[in-house]
Amino acid sequence: MTDRPLLEVEGLDVTYPGRGGAVRAARGVSFALGRERLAIVGESGSGKSTTGRAILGLIPRPGVVRARRLAFDGINLGALSDAGWSRLRGRRLAMVMQDPKFALNPVLRVGAQIMQTYRLHWRTSRREAERRALEMLESVRIRDPETVFRLYPHQLSGGMGQRVMIAMMLVGEPDLLIADEPTSALDVTVQNQVLRVLDDLVAARGMGLIFITHNLTLVSSFCDRALVMYAGRVVEQCDARRLGEARHPYTQALIAAAPDLDHPRAVLRTVTRDPTWTT
Amino acid sequence: MTAPPAIAVERLWVTYTHEGRRIDAVRDVSFAVAPGETFGLVGESGSGKSTVLKAIAGLVAPTAGGVRLAGRGMTAKRDRAERRRLQYVFQDPYGSLHPRHTVDRALREPLEIHGFADRDAAILAALAGVGLESRHRFRYPHQLSGGQRQRVAIARALILSPGVLLLDEPTSSLDVSVQAEILNLLTRVRSERALTTIFVSHDLAVVAHLCERVAIMRLGEIVETLPVEALRASGAATPYGRELIAASRGYVRHDEPLASADVSER
Repeated sequence: MTDRPLLEVEGLDVTYPGRGGAVRAARGVSFALGRERLAIVGESGSGKSTTGRAILGLIPRPGVVRARRLAFDGINLGALSDAGWSRLRGRRLAMVMQDPKFALNPVLRVGAQIMQTYRLHWRTSRREAERRALEMLESVRIRDPETVFRLYPHQLSGGMGQRVMIAMMLVGEPDLLIADEPTSALDVTVQNQVLRVLDDLVAARGMGLIFITHNLTLVSSFCDRALVMYAGRVVEQCDARRLGEARHPYTQALIAAAPDLDHPRAVLRTVTRDPTWTT
Repeated sequence: MTAPPAIAVERLWVTYTHEGRRIDAVRDVSFAVAPGETFGLVGESGSGKSTVLKAIAGLVAPTAGGVRLAGRGMTAKRDRAERRRLQYVFQDPYGSLHPRHTVDRALREPLEIHGFADRDAAILAALAGVGLESRHRFRYPHQLSGGQRQRVAIARALILSPGVLLLDEPTSSLDVSVQAEILNLLTRVRSERALTTIFVSHDLAVVAHLCERVAIMRLGEIVETLPVEALRASGAATPYGRELIAASRGYVRHDEPLASADVSER
C-alpha cells in the first residue's frame, strides 16, 4: 500500500545546445501522476513530446535533461544505469508512438515481435510467450489473432498496426504507458476503436497513462486531467472534461481557434501570443 | 434560365490497376456546385475524396463519366484556359512549393505561363492579399513557417484570378492556431472574389466551418450529401454518416474513470 504517486516530475528542464544559444525544449515542468489518464496538450514545439521522452530517458545527445526530481514509483530515474533502464523500459514503462510504420520492425512477423518483447522481460517458454502474444492481440480487439500473428507489419492497416504496437507495449504489463499522438495518423472511426482498447486496459489494469496530443476534442472526451504546454512550459493544469472552463489565456485562445461543430462562428479567433506566457 | 453549375461532376469513375487487381477509387460520383458555393467532400482515408478533386483538376483521367466547367464538358487534358480557371491548393506546401524557388519565382511562373502583364504589381498584390509582406517575397520555402508557406500556396492559386478553387486538406498539417488564420483567410478571399470552392478534408468541424453543403464519401462512393446545418445537428440520413459525425465529436467513455480513492487503496 502506498500513497506515493506513480510518477513525480519536478522542475524538468531539457536543453539542446545550438549555435544561436541553447534551446530550452522543456522548462521547469512539474507534475505528479497517479493511476489516471493525463493529457499533455500543446502545439508543435510546445515541449509535449520532449517531456514524454525525457521521462523514458530517450532524449538523445547532445540534449541535456535536468530535474529536481524525476521518479517513477520511487525510483530515481535521473540516477538510473543502462541496466536499470533495461529493467524498466518495455516492462514497467512503455511508450506508443504516432506511426506504427516506424516503430515496428518491418522484417519480423507481428507475433515474433510481441513474443520477443515478452521474453525479454519474463523467463518463459516459447509456447507460453506465444500464448501471451495471442492473448494480447485479442485484448486489443484484433478479430483473428492467429492470422495477424503471422503477418508482417506492412500487411497491416494503420489502425491494426497501432493496435499491434499497443499489444506489444502492453505485453510487459507496464504500470505507466506514454502514448505520443497514438491516434493522430488514424481515421476518426478507427481512432475511437483504438481509444476504446486503451480505455479498457487503463480501467482493467489500473495503469497510468500519459496521452500526448494536439487534439483538444480527444483531451476533453478521453482524459481525466490535462497539462497545457506552451513554449516548453506547463501554463495550466486542469480537469480535462472542464477544458472549456480553462483559465489561462493561451488555453482559452487555443479552444476558440478550433472550429467546433456545435458552436459555429463566422470568423475564428486567432491566438495573439503574449510574451509573459513564457516567463 | 439559371446559370449552369460552376462545376458538375457527372457519373465519374476512376479505376486503378494495382498488381493485377482492379481498384475503383471513385465509383459513379455525381454532384454539382453552384457559382460562388463552397462544397465539402469528407471521408476517411481511401474514400476517394482527393481522387475526385484530382479528376476535376485533370490530374487523373476518369475511367468513365466526366466534369463540366460552367456547363462545358472538359476533355481528359485541360486546356490553358481551363487550367487557369481551376486552381489547386495541396495539403503540404513543402511538397507543392519548389524548394529552390523563391516566393517571387513561385508566384511569377504562373503569370508568365498565362501571359499576364504587370507581374511585379500582381506579385505584390497577391502577397498582400494573403497577409504576407514584401519582405517575404525573396525568401525560400524553408525560410517560412508552415502557415506562411500555405499562404504562398494560396497566393499562387489566386494570382491567376481563378473561378474555382480546389482545396485538398489545406490546413491538416498546421497547428490549430495557424489553421484558424488560414481558414479566416480562405473565408475572406472567398467572399471578396465570389469563388466557387471545393474543399476536401477528413475533419468535419473544419469542413462545416467553411462549407454550405457537404458530401460524405466512403469506398469511392458518395454515401449522402447534406446541408451543413444537418451536419451540425448530427442529422445524417445514413448509418455511416451518423457514425462518422458521432466519431468526430470525440470519444464516448463507457465507464467512470478511476476515482482518486482507487489510487490510495493500492
